[in-house]
Amino acid sequence: MNLTEQIITIGMVVLGTAITRFLPFLIFPAGKETPKYIRYLGNVLPPAVFGMLVIYCLKDVSIFAGSRGVPELLAIALVIGLHLWKRQMLLSIAGGTIFYMALVQFIF
Amino acid sequence: MEETLSMKAHMLKKAAAAAFPYTLPIFAGFTFLGLTYGIYMNVSGFSFWYPMIMSVTIFAGSAEFVAANMLLGAFNPIQALTMTLMINARHLFYGISMLDKFRGTGLKKVYLIFGMCDETFSINCTARLPDSVDRGWFMFFVTLYNHLYWFFGATLGGIFGSYIHFNTEGLDFVMTAMFVVIFMEQWLKEKRHFSSLMGLGLSLLCLIAFGSDHFIIPSMLAILGVLTLMRGTVEKEGADE
Repeated sequence: MNLTEQIITIGMVVLGTAITRFLPFLIFPAGKETPKYIRYLGNVLPPAVFGMLVIYCLKDVSIFAGSRGVPELLAIALVIGLHLWKRQMLLSIAGGTIFYMALVQFIF
Repeated sequence: MEETLSMKAHMLKKAAAAAFPYTLPIFAGFTFLGLTYGIYMNVSGFSFWYPMIMSVTIFAGSAEFVAANMLLGAFNPIQALTMTLMINARHLFYGISMLDKFRGTGLKKVYLIFGMCDETFSINCTARLPDSVDRGWFMFFVTLYNHLYWFFGATLGGIFGSYIHFNTEGLDFVMTAMFVVIFMEQWLKEKRHFSSLMGLGLSLLCLIAFGSDHFIIPSMLAILGVLTLMRGTVEKEGADE
């Protein structure tokens, strides 16, 4: 691939990403009344999306090979426990991550 | 005139300060993932200009890794476009969710949309702010900080590449931990968990059925389908918030 072809390829990835981000705002501009169905989706989608993102983060964990997802399971349990206990976002995230790093570096 | 200028400066400072702690986990995650990406580009034979420019213009992690592979293959711009659309289709849901929240943010809105990656969306969608903090500028700074972290990591990785050795195995879990916390925050504040449970359950089912490379679009369709079918019930029971 020469430089021009590389620039076009990168441009296509920029364009594709921008389309996925801008499209809803172009179809439903702020000046116009957004259809009720879309507003309903705007309200109920976020919780589902957060669930999807949790699964997305874990997509490459195999329960049949390697450490079988045990470190992930333990660390997520700790994150949940810490968060229920103190409800301090940074504490829950840092605690879970440090614990996970210790698990994969020293135990599994 | 001077009075209003200093008020504006004060408001900006306040929003900038309020946004920073929310982005700390992303600072750790993006510096690390950005480094990984920069190193990957470096060892694939690209100069640091590539990760540097791509981190700013694309600003979507998984698409950038795939773009690196495309640059190493044969020239096929249509495939580059369709692959990117599929990888990033989840952004469509973010946009639909932010239609109202981005309203009235002025020119900043263009940048808020441009920089709406998974992490930025999650924070901007859930952060609870005191009335004294300007929501538009808060979201602007969250977007900007995250953009800078990613740029910083990717560029550093691209420059130093294979010279970087440090034991960070497992640090990428910071992103998982953050999404678990954001999911919990949502869970703790909502009355009904239907949508949360559907998102988790349907995505898991699709992951098992379609495998890790092809499950996002089926998950999105399944979530859309179920939420559409259940609209009557969900609306009758009242909004979750």
